[in-house]
Amino acid sequence: MTAVAAAADITAELVAEHGLSAEEYALILEIMGREPNITELGVFSAMWSEHCSYKSSKVWLKTLPTEGPQVICGPGENAGVVDIGDGKAAVFKIESHNHPSFIEPYQGAATGVGGILRDVFTMGARPVANLNALRFGSPDHPRTRHLVSGVVAGIGGYGNCIGVPTVGGETEFHPAYNGNILVNAMTVGIADAGRIFYSAAGGPGNPVVYVGSKTGRDGIHGATMASAEFAEDSEEKRPTVQVGDPFTEKLLLEACLELMATDAIVAIQDMGAAGLTSSGVEMASKGGVGVELELDRVPMREAGMTPYELMLSESQERMLMVLKPGREEEARAIFEKWELDFAVIGRVTDTGRLVLKFHGETVGDIEVAPLVANAPEYDRPYEPTPKAPVIDAAEIAAPNDQMAALRTMLGGAHLSSRRWIWEQYDHMVMADTVQRPGGDAAVVRVHGSNRGLAITTDATPRYCLADPVEGGKQAVAEAWRNLTAVGATPLAITNNLNFGNPEKPRIMGQIAGCVTGMGEACRALDFPVVSGNVSLYNETSGEAILPTPVVGGLGLIDDLRRTVGIAIRAEGLDLVLIGETAGWLGASLYLREVAGREDGAPPPVDLAAERRNGDFVRALIEAGRIAACHDLSDGGLLVAAAEMAMAGGVGAEIFAPPAGITLHGWLFGEDQARYLIACADGASVATDAARAGVPAAIVGRTGGNTLTAAGRHTISVGELRRCHEDWFPSYMARP
Amino acid sequence: MRTAVIVFPGSNCDRDAQVALHAATGAPPAMIWHRETALPPLDLIVLPGGFSYGDYLRSGAMAARSPVLRALHEQVERGVLVLGICNGFQVLTETELLPGVLMRNAGLNFVCRDVDLVVENTESPFTRGCAKGQSLTLPVAHHDGNYYADDATLDRLEGEGRVAFRYAPHDNPNGSARDIAGILNERGTVLGMMPHPERAVDPLHCGTDGRAVFAGLMEALAA
Repeated sequence: MTAVAAAADITAELVAEHGLSAEEYALILEIMGREPNITELGVFSAMWSEHCSYKSSKVWLKTLPTEGPQVICGPGENAGVVDIGDGKAAVFKIESHNHPSFIEPYQGAATGVGGILRDVFTMGARPVANLNALRFGSPDHPRTRHLVSGVVAGIGGYGNCIGVPTVGGETEFHPAYNGNILVNAMTVGIADAGRIFYSAAGGPGNPVVYVGSKTGRDGIHGATMASAEFAEDSEEKRPTVQVGDPFTEKLLLEACLELMATDAIVAIQDMGAAGLTSSGVEMASKGGVGVELELDRVPMREAGMTPYELMLSESQERMLMVLKPGREEEARAIFEKWELDFAVIGRVTDTGRLVLKFHGETVGDIEVAPLVANAPEYDRPYEPTPKAPVIDAAEIAAPNDQMAALRTMLGGAHLSSRRWIWEQYDHMVMADTVQRPGGDAAVVRVHGSNRGLAITTDATPRYCLADPVEGGKQAVAEAWRNLTAVGATPLAITNNLNFGNPEKPRIMGQIAGCVTGMGEACRALDFPVVSGNVSLYNETSGEAILPTPVVGGLGLIDDLRRTVGIAIRAEGLDLVLIGETAGWLGASLYLREVAGREDGAPPPVDLAAERRNGDFVRALIEAGRIAACHDLSDGGLLVAAAEMAMAGGVGAEIFAPPAGITLHGWLFGEDQARYLIACADGASVATDAARAGVPAAIVGRTGGNTLTAAGRHTISVGELRRCHEDWFPSYMARP
Repeated sequence: MRTAVIVFPGSNCDRDAQVALHAATGAPPAMIWHRETALPPLDLIVLPGGFSYGDYLRSGAMAARSPVLRALHEQVERGVLVLGICNGFQVLTETELLPGVLMRNAGLNFVCRDVDLVVENTESPFTRGCAKGQSLTLPVAHHDGNYYADDATLDRLEGEGRVAFRYAPHDNPNGSARDIAGILNERGTVLGMMPHPERAVDPLHCGTDGRAVFAGLMEALAA
């Protein structure tokens, strides 16, 4: 072994500052057989951070189903890949940028979008859709508006410029996010199924090439920051937030796709969290080879950068590639055409070691296998969340006025129209957005074909808080239902697990419960997990966020002429409710927004019923038998009917409840596995449903310009629309 | 029918324009890289939407100084038709083929939505496929679409019939002067417009009101 540049004294403080425990440092000494120098310590620190190593969650993530005939590539690569037929594949993933977005909302959110886009095009796919699952603190919290406007502008600023439509997502407010907002960004891309690019380096002697932006000092320790709780001084972490340049990313996207059309690339990996460290180590580790890097050859934005800084910078819009020998000039010409930096910075070796050189001197030398394989993995102690009591619907008071309750919900922070947000996103560029934001799922055409991808993001954190297992199931089931509601066959999910500090058994119990529930639902619905991201330590001064396991679901529509939306556009249609209604109000939105209570067990999820009911609805859509369809979720039946009426501008009547259910339980209950459909012949649908063992009943009729319930509660669609549309712009314009 | 789309680094509606032109003419347009200094013989050139050169400095400002623009000016002098959409319109004002400027939207935010337009001029090759006063619904998606020129210029544009499209009353998404959505040069051979006709040529996507623009162009070029 070559002599390695002398170590500054690695003190216990330095180890702690790198987020490593004493036990972890002892493991490093064992792997190295000597004291690491500061650069090597930095490499271990980044690779073993929660963000990169999944050390607290891995033991649970392993329990999730990841396989199926549709899966081309499951978790472990830059993104998941599923077969969508016709020789095409969908490549998709969701990723969090929570901590940076709280500190610097515009750049935090923008670089979140940039990072997830790179994960997708690294695999050879052209990105075709972005979605964002956002969670903010209470609307009344003094920082919330600033964060909303910064995050939305950042997402738009990046996505609009690079020219990938932002087609959907979700936005929620709750005081539990006051100190830790969530920004989860999802990208879907389309590639040729036979031309997916992976990250395993190979071929000792092959050149390792750096392309994209130059490296600066931004984002050093981003991965470590994202792996710790915030204290009151989180503002001081601003320098660890990266700065995005969507224009450069657009050039990088086009240049990479142009090079990918040749056969010059052996392996490719984007430089995301932990920059050159994680990309270099991952490529070597996956390929079972070594990598030698000459760090002085890295294109630099500023003078005097040290090896430590070069290895840990999280400067954006960069990629690392291994090329076939002799193909450097061909690749260089493409990157120069796009005016991007291109530098051969090293080579693949057969030593199995990551060797770092700087002006000829060896400044780091680590054996890759133990760096990756011996990364700490914790089976942290956990306390299962105690079961919340089931609330009897009869003990929840009826509202004075059902329609006033509806107005409170639809015209409030939680359910009001998100138009203020999505009109700031170019949701139509690429000219394939068949269903725009505002419905159950976005639908994007597979370019040049008559087939489409349906995409949604879902989670109901208040259910997860009350019962992590049921909440985990429900997040998956709701995504599956939203895809079904537009006529898609659900294919697979990506998930973003956002939780508090896993070192607290109570939080670990939430993680364990949610993952268990998600796994059950994924298995029951043949809806495997193909990619994902974990964001822990979402706590400030000991206050954790609600457990928020976001599901990004993807489905396939075979014939776009058959897709349906939520809008009621015709009078005289039957409204048929699919699924069983008990009037479940525990942990419901009604309970929170109208009764002012956040308690009770959430609605149970019957996965067999989900499957049966959803398959039945999808068959109806495919047969062209229904005009509109909406999944029932937050706010239940009346909210669904109101959203359908507002979307199409035609009113509706909802009949009185069946015996044994209170009117408010009927109108606002959140029983799962339900859909409201509008169709010309409700009776024949009900007959077929009975034959299929699916509960179905004609519960209303479309027409007029009002929404009426049980014959006596009425509100005009125009008034509903006004209150629904008004909340967001008024809130953002408040003096 | 020889058509072309100019591609700047950062253009992102170039493919949308390519698809729309291909559908309208039956032949794929030439895709011309910004570094080209000479253009082949052409009948119609489209400057597409996007963020040319990242829109750094000002929207369209750097593209207006790119090598291909000199060649474009020569083509305009020869009477070749030029359609600038969104960022393309910004480039056309920056390079002074059209008067005025496109400022930040009055609401300061990026805006993406359908808008109702009124066709004001039906004489130009771009608008002859429409009827005077016809209403079109087309999407907009821009941050800098707030058209401004001094009153004398605006009066002149109106007096010479060079306002091609206006936003319908109460549907102006960006605060543009006199609700202007698209304007012509003096000869009527260059049109700049903020709305995206190329995104509205397909019943599955934003309707088909954009077809009128392309159909009119094909008719004009065939004549």
